[in-house]
Amino acid sequence: MDEPQIYARLTDIFQDVFDEESIRLTPGLSAKDVEGWDSLTHIRLILTIEKAFKIKFSTSEIGKLEDVGDLVALIEARA
Amino acid sequence: MYPLYAELQWLPPAPADFPQRLKALGNGTGTLGLELRALALHALDLNQLTKLAKVIGRARREGNSLDPLTPFRLAVLSNSTIDLIVPALVSSAVRHGIALDVVQPSYDQVAHEALQPDSQVNSSNPDAVLFSLDYHALPLKLSLGDAAAASATVKGVTGYLQALRNGIKANSNAVCIFQTFAPPVETLFGSLDRALPGTPRSLIDAVNREIAEFVLDSGDVLLDVAGLAETVGLADWHNTQLWNLAKFSFSDELIPLYADHVARTVAAIRGKSRKVLILDLDNTVWGGVIGDDGLEGIVIAQGDARGEAHLAVQRHALDLRQRGILLAVSSKNTDEIAREPFEKHAEMLLKLEHIAVFQANWSDKATNIQAIAKELSLGLDAMVFLDDNPVERGLVRAMLPQVAVPELPDEPAYFARTLAAAGYFEAVTFAGEDLQRAGFYQDNARRASLQKTAGGLDAYLASLDMTITFQPFDATGRARIVQLINKSNQYNLTTRRYTDPQVTEAENDPAVFTLQVRLADIFGDNGMISVVICRPASAGIWDIDTWLMSCRVLGRNVEHMVLREILDHARAAGIRKLTGTYRPTDRNKLVVDHYARLGFTLVGEEESGLTQWELLVEGAEPAGVPMKVISLA
Repeated sequence: MDEPQIYARLTDIFQDVFDEESIRLTPGLSAKDVEGWDSLTHIRLILTIEKAFKIKFSTSEIGKLEDVGDLVALIEARA
Repeated sequence: MYPLYAELQWLPPAPADFPQRLKALGNGTGTLGLELRALALHALDLNQLTKLAKVIGRARREGNSLDPLTPFRLAVLSNSTIDLIVPALVSSAVRHGIALDVVQPSYDQVAHEALQPDSQVNSSNPDAVLFSLDYHALPLKLSLGDAAAASATVKGVTGYLQALRNGIKANSNAVCIFQTFAPPVETLFGSLDRALPGTPRSLIDAVNREIAEFVLDSGDVLLDVAGLAETVGLADWHNTQLWNLAKFSFSDELIPLYADHVARTVAAIRGKSRKVLILDLDNTVWGGVIGDDGLEGIVIAQGDARGEAHLAVQRHALDLRQRGILLAVSSKNTDEIAREPFEKHAEMLLKLEHIAVFQANWSDKATNIQAIAKELSLGLDAMVFLDDNPVERGLVRAMLPQVAVPELPDEPAYFARTLAAAGYFEAVTFAGEDLQRAGFYQDNARRASLQKTAGGLDAYLASLDMTITFQPFDATGRARIVQLINKSNQYNLTTRRYTDPQVTEAENDPAVFTLQVRLADIFGDNGMISVVICRPASAGIWDIDTWLMSCRVLGRNVEHMVLREILDHARAAGIRKLTGTYRPTDRNKLVVDHYARLGFTLVGEEESGLTQWELLVEGAEPAGVPMKVISLA
């Protein structure tokens, strides 16, 4: 799966999890930019991504995630 | 993960246009509560449940009615993170006909919330409190091989749980729902953990046994999370990474399943469990088509894999009947041909005598199910319909959305398991009378046929040789009283639902007049069939707060005898006037004239259809009915 494909799939997931169709993903997008992106929604987001891409993140990987760019890099390395 | 449970496979999958339908909610002309329920009746995942809950929350804030969903306030006390569970609870409750309002105090404040009279939970006046605790919350001290120390640890744990319970009882008198504990996967010795006292596994086993016992004795409610975790597998249940990351006490993938189990428990407390299992025949009760394959061609033999699968359906149906679930048949067949296997096939476990209503004809199944409901005097929302044919299932779901219709896999070996997984018959109590209920309704059919031959109604009633027994509420009758109060819809004047503690309160209050009524006749004992609660209004007046009757004794003028009994006690207590109210619901039209027929005078009428009535005690002489009266103090 290449980067544009990952972004497309992730955009659907973000829109679904945050229930907000206007979300557009950029590498620099992070929790402070999105309303409702609190620690619990973050967990729900990670769980949804794990399920959709059929991958599992380690606890330390989840801890290091800063923005969408990190997330995409992580998925790219796995998927 | 095994998908039947994790993915709620007894429910149809979420529609492809779920987001659009979610958006359209409340915009059309339909009833919002029903539209929400229709959406909730799909196998929704956590994100879908969360979104549905958002819509419900918005509707609440905007003051929109959620009728006909039944309101219920549930406080959840937990030592883990339940923020993702709460929305799932709200949406799953809608699936079971409940508009759930969840009170969620701050994280890990269990003892404070239970024990402080003015805590958030205690001051919110909850209907029930769910102790959603997992083993991390317990002071489980290892005491390997030391039985005395292990038993002290278990006593400590149950003492803690009982202290929480007593706090809730003293401060808000809500129903307490206790969970059993899913043991951790990791063992110390291996198999020996189960046997040796003081290991985590044997400690938790002992705690669970104790909880099960005190719940049965105290009238509290049990949610068997340990059983649920065993069913899906402990290794799938416990996600240690998620516990470390966010204090989730079980896997996020099982939140929809857990939420459905909480919801069905709450629905059972409110008497919404189903009462009738309607069976299709061809390829459901037996393999093959009786009309085509004939008696010798259908598959039900022991020793045949497919035959055993269908026998398992029959056995499960029979077991359900034993606990009080009525069985009926709806089959597209010629009547005599459909009955033939019941009468002549040696391997059939189900016999005609087990079937309360047998509908085999060529009308559509929705019409037949309505006929079954009518014959049993039960609502469509008491019915479950089991059919291997997706077309029939779809038709019944579309025509009669109140009827529960489980999805079934192609493989008949899983029919019984799927039906059981859906939890339609969840019960929170078991009264001895449940054992006989299937018999009661069938006796009724025989009484009806006697009526046809016995001539006039009075002669018929006399021929029944009835004995009516009156008694104030007591501990022995309480479980059945609570059940009747929460289940009776049709012959119910006010449809006020009371929990076990509230009934106990009425029982113990000397100012409140209570009555439990039993009826026996030549066919047997009908058990408890009527409940009355009168509360003191102003001086010399009793207000009839609750008057309900089981529909299986309809048409016997029992209500006249009940009024005579009330009047006797009223006179003895110096009461000069009875007041009564008819509160209309969509189910109790049957009793709109109840008070008029009993000679009460109409004194008030509201636009909603609510009517108020009164009767002067002096001079009131309701007609007697030929039956023997026993009045116990």
